[in-house]
Amino acid sequence: MPSVKLENVSKRYGKIIAVENANLTVEDKEYVCIIGPSGCGKTTLIKCISGIIRPTEGTIYIDGKVVNDIPINERGIGYVFQDVALFPHMDVFENVSYGLVVKGWKLSKARPLVEEMLNMMALRERIRDRPNVLSGGAQQKTAIARALASGSKMLLLDEPLGSLDVKVRTLLRYELRKIVKDLELTAIHVTHDQEEAMAVADRIVVMKAGRIVEVGTPLQLYLHPKNLFTANFVGEANFFEGRIAGEIKRKTRVVVDECDIYSSDKKFFNETHVVAVIRPEFVVMRKPTGRKNCWKGRIETEAFVGNMVRYEVRTENDKIIAVKLPFAFSTQNWRVGDRVELAFPPDSMLLYEYPQIGLEKEISIE
Amino acid sequence: MESHQSIPKRQNTLYSLLNSLDRLSSSPWTRNIVFASALLFFFVLILIPPMMGVLQKINSITQIYAVPELLNRANSAIIWSFITAFIVSVLDLVAALPLAWFIVRSKSRLINIIDTLADIPFIIPTAALGYSAILFWSQKGGVSSLLGVESLVSPGLLLVLLLHFAFSYPVIVRVMVGELLCYKEVYEIAAKTLGAQPFTSVRTVTLPLLKPALISSFLLAFARSLSETGATVMVAGTFENGPVFIFYNSDNEGALVYVSSILILSSIIVFLIIRLVAPHFKLPIRKAWPNLEGKLSSRVAVRGRDFVTIAVFFVFVIIPSLFVSMPLFGALFDGTLFEAISGSGPWSSFWSSMLLSYVIGFISTITNIVAGLPVAVIIGRKKIGRLSPVLDSLVNIPIIVPSIALGVSLKIFWGGLGMPEFWVLVLSHTTITYTYFVSSMSAAILSVPPEMEEVASTLGARPFTIFRRITLPLTKYSLFSGAVLVFTRCIGETGAAKAVASSLKTVPILLVDWIVKGYVSTSESALGIGFLIISSFMVLLLLRVIIRCKR
Amino acid sequence: MPSLRLVNVTKRFGNISAINKLNLELKDGEYLCVLGPTGSGKTTLLKLIAGIMKPDEGEIYIDDKLVNDLPPQERNVAYVPQNYALFPHLTVIENVAFSPLSKGLSKDEAYKISMMMLEMMRLAGRTDSFPNELSGGMQQRLALARGLASDASLLLLDEPLGALDARLRVELRYKLRALVKERGFTVIHVTHDQEEAMVVGDRIAVLRHGQIQQVNIPYAVYNDPKSIFVANFVGGANFLEGYITERDPQGAWVQLRNRYLVRINETRFSPGERVVLAIREEQTEIFEHDSDKQEVNLFPGTVQLTSFLGSSIVFEVLLENGDVVNSKILVSQKKEKLKTGERVYVRFSPRNIKTFGYPQVGLFRELEVI
Repeated sequence: MPSVKLENVSKRYGKIIAVENANLTVEDKEYVCIIGPSGCGKTTLIKCISGIIRPTEGTIYIDGKVVNDIPINERGIGYVFQDVALFPHMDVFENVSYGLVVKGWKLSKARPLVEEMLNMMALRERIRDRPNVLSGGAQQKTAIARALASGSKMLLLDEPLGSLDVKVRTLLRYELRKIVKDLELTAIHVTHDQEEAMAVADRIVVMKAGRIVEVGTPLQLYLHPKNLFTANFVGEANFFEGRIAGEIKRKTRVVVDECDIYSSDKKFFNETHVVAVIRPEFVVMRKPTGRKNCWKGRIETEAFVGNMVRYEVRTENDKIIAVKLPFAFSTQNWRVGDRVELAFPPDSMLLYEYPQIGLEKEISIE
Repeated sequence: MESHQSIPKRQNTLYSLLNSLDRLSSSPWTRNIVFASALLFFFVLILIPPMMGVLQKINSITQIYAVPELLNRANSAIIWSFITAFIVSVLDLVAALPLAWFIVRSKSRLINIIDTLADIPFIIPTAALGYSAILFWSQKGGVSSLLGVESLVSPGLLLVLLLHFAFSYPVIVRVMVGELLCYKEVYEIAAKTLGAQPFTSVRTVTLPLLKPALISSFLLAFARSLSETGATVMVAGTFENGPVFIFYNSDNEGALVYVSSILILSSIIVFLIIRLVAPHFKLPIRKAWPNLEGKLSSRVAVRGRDFVTIAVFFVFVIIPSLFVSMPLFGALFDGTLFEAISGSGPWSSFWSSMLLSYVIGFISTITNIVAGLPVAVIIGRKKIGRLSPVLDSLVNIPIIVPSIALGVSLKIFWGGLGMPEFWVLVLSHTTITYTYFVSSMSAAILSVPPEMEEVASTLGARPFTIFRRITLPLTKYSLFSGAVLVFTRCIGETGAAKAVASSLKTVPILLVDWIVKGYVSTSESALGIGFLIISSFMVLLLLRVIIRCKR
Repeated sequence: MPSLRLVNVTKRFGNISAINKLNLELKDGEYLCVLGPTGSGKTTLLKLIAGIMKPDEGEIYIDDKLVNDLPPQERNVAYVPQNYALFPHLTVIENVAFSPLSKGLSKDEAYKISMMMLEMMRLAGRTDSFPNELSGGMQQRLALARGLASDASLLLLDEPLGALDARLRVELRYKLRALVKERGFTVIHVTHDQEEAMVVGDRIAVLRHGQIQQVNIPYAVYNDPKSIFVANFVGGANFLEGYITERDPQGAWVQLRNRYLVRINETRFSPGERVVLAIREEQTEIFEHDSDKQEVNLFPGTVQLTSFLGSSIVFEVLLENGDVVNSKILVSQKKEKLKTGERVYVRFSPRNIKTFGYPQVGLFRELEVI
């Protein structure tokens, strides 16, 4: 039985549509991430699931039961807030045991459970500390412990790592996933950081302007996104506008500004206005061979992005194409100003129908 | 070149004036002089005179020791002041908090009405509230006739309690509404996601976090009850608290100095004690009773609570406060209005009192704005480092101390220096209302993020430019409401006015005389009160219009 | 002539030194990124340079002039704080015109400059909007426009991209650098995001506990970290503890847990010394099969966890000696089929290993970033 099911859920505030017609199923013990730009409705969605917000339309099922009319405190769902929301007037122990105390438990009975939970989070020695003396990471872990100590089997997380330094976030997200999997919980985790989502999720839900745009595993969304917005939002991509012009050697030929691109995608008819997409790390960059190749140009910028180097190449038909190479291969060979040739493996070139509202609007992340 | 010529001449003079002020403000010396003068003003004219006055005549208290009966009465008056203030403040806290909650959290359509009504007793001068209370509770036209008795609550302790309850109630409502509006509801929601019943979440999370606001609203109600004179005198009958005693014994210097000095000292001490002890008062948060608290959170329980709260609000606060409007309407049509406008009979002295009150009000307001603004900046921007909270506490003293006791002390001090009565009146009104403006402004300045001013200075703006282009526009609402508070308080002040002036009568004093001495008809009293109320409303309306215009 | 110079600058709050004997030099037109965790003193540093705070010790020179006693409005330095501090009661154009007007320009001149800045930032269509009506990205551009309109030569940016979505941050960082470079500003850009620092900075200064640990071009800081903290904070690495067992003219052997021996090219340490080895995750090679040749530093292990990060994949491998290492590869290297539980081989090429002395406070504390 799925843990959570959303059926045609919408939320309106007067004329503003925060969430429109959301349909989603989250299976038991699954770790799902919801990603999207600010204002896309992801927080509204999980607030509907937890009961903090009432949907304007639609039905929400938890473990098969309709919960629309059940108040927050009876839904049994743990919630971790964006701004942590630890009770400032209580110490770590009182915060974490709160979920049990409000059920009528005596503090003495709750103590062993709380201590075990804190041990799991490596917070045992901070048990008597007030929230304001804890570091950002420790505060967030306490909030998670608090949400779990009351025994819920489902966890909703609203940008739980948002307020932390990048380095801390990278460390904490693995701990988070480990706890969820060790305790066999169902988790729905909202974030604007797609790298975070890809690192922890079993499945990812992509939202834009109140609608669910695509759902898939991290690998699926990265290597084979079903729409342009996902292609741009989940990682970086190069976009080419063109028209289908037949097939050569069983590869679809796309004409882009009098130059050719080939793709293994075979979805479209001739003359269709399409967008071709390839991720920067799949673009092949090599020294000019002298053969006729449209995609020749000069390296314009070089940016060092950790284990990769990102180059911007300005081609002879005045397009800027991003190329990413592993660090080891790059600095030994390339410098800004070098003449290069680019090749696009057809297997990595994806095709999409040209969007009605125009490419820029379709992929916009603002 | 061209742009200079295109600016009209008038603007040019203003522009160059502002420019020179800007340039002056860059010099640390100029700034220090401005702040130092404001601080000097505060200490020399506001804080020290009330303390010094009673000390100067401290020897005269031997007079009262000579009359044991008077001494006993004085002592019991002082003690009763504190007892009534305490009882009233506790009752008000219990009764007004649910109403504030209702206004902020309920989804009822009544909210707007209740919200507006809740402010009314706060705006109406207390003299009016006193008269209204008498009409409602004591006289034949009010509740008494409904219940078939001659007089349900005759003037005395009970009526004083009812009156104080009514006029301190809105203080608590206003403070708590403001606090609840900016309270982060996320804590309560977090508690609910953890399974807490709504009642439990409020008890264990919200209330403890609101403790500072609860304490300060309690103290404000306490101070108001301790200090109020005019209305209390109207309803006291034979009961005496501090202000009433002073009011009726103004010719006995020993008694005056005795009671005033004790009131001044003890009120400061009691406040300090409450301030220090109350935060340690812990509400029980470690246990929960889910079943019971679930029932208390149910719709039925909530509706019941709201009903009782609103009923208490109407029966004990609103209706008694507005009851004066009945004879007031009568006065509009029975010829009294005509008499009043023509200035005949008692009305000629009424209008000159009105004029006096207004003049005092204006002078006090302007003085407090000019002298108080730098001090508000000092407190709001912590310009004297660790001493800033000390200054803040000192600034609060004029409203902690009962105004009539302040008046006695000031009359001795300034009168002793030969200052004319009019100016002593002005100074005492300024002293009593100084705190309202400075508190309001310093809180507002504190809420402007320091980054904004820091960025402005890195963008090349001098201190005065930052003040007039950034800080002031962002705090203008508090500036206006602080000014309005000062003005309406001045108009309504009875205690200090009575203590200071023997020949000059401000409007509230005049009205108290009319009502207590009874040589004017109900109609005339009601109409006089009516004019007083109207002037307060006009000022409030003016504030609303100004704010809306600037938006 | 350097544009900015800090000499032994110290700033204390009570007993704690937020900035501790800091030395820094910045050339005219340079884009410096100051990188450090929360609490390392980044904001304090900017406030000292801007004049909002005064140093307790040391001197600050801007364009070779001592500015310690100069108030902010006379330093000609534009400061953009973390949350922008846009003036909420002024429109977009009034915000931008604030600086020129405050500096004495006429209204017409001020507005002319402001329009120019707004056009550059592509905000020219929103001149009469209020800041709270703009999106996050637009607010950032407005904050920049306001700073640039001040005609300051030195720009101080406090986490300028911090308030934005992750994806927007990535997109805007390139544009930010391009814009600033085009106009020739000198910039100090403070951040806790090392990827951002490496992309936008001409040089990176790594800040920790109020002191600069290392300053150099991104490539050098990445390739040649001078301390464990820098190696960990900038780029991250696998850290292995061990002892030097043997040393020869070409290098040395280090013994790890359970007798694993690792070959390094470092000769600075003597036998018996306790050391920490740092190898970048992307330089930790991973193979599905053992090698036929006798290879040095090749260790068997089991895959514990596979993390897909988009353009990279990280494999967490438990080596047979008990140490855990991460190996990061590009998704295009097509090894994504490796699953949890599979047996693999991990290799550290000696030239990719950096050796550090074991830190006094212990490795755990030294790596602490929380």
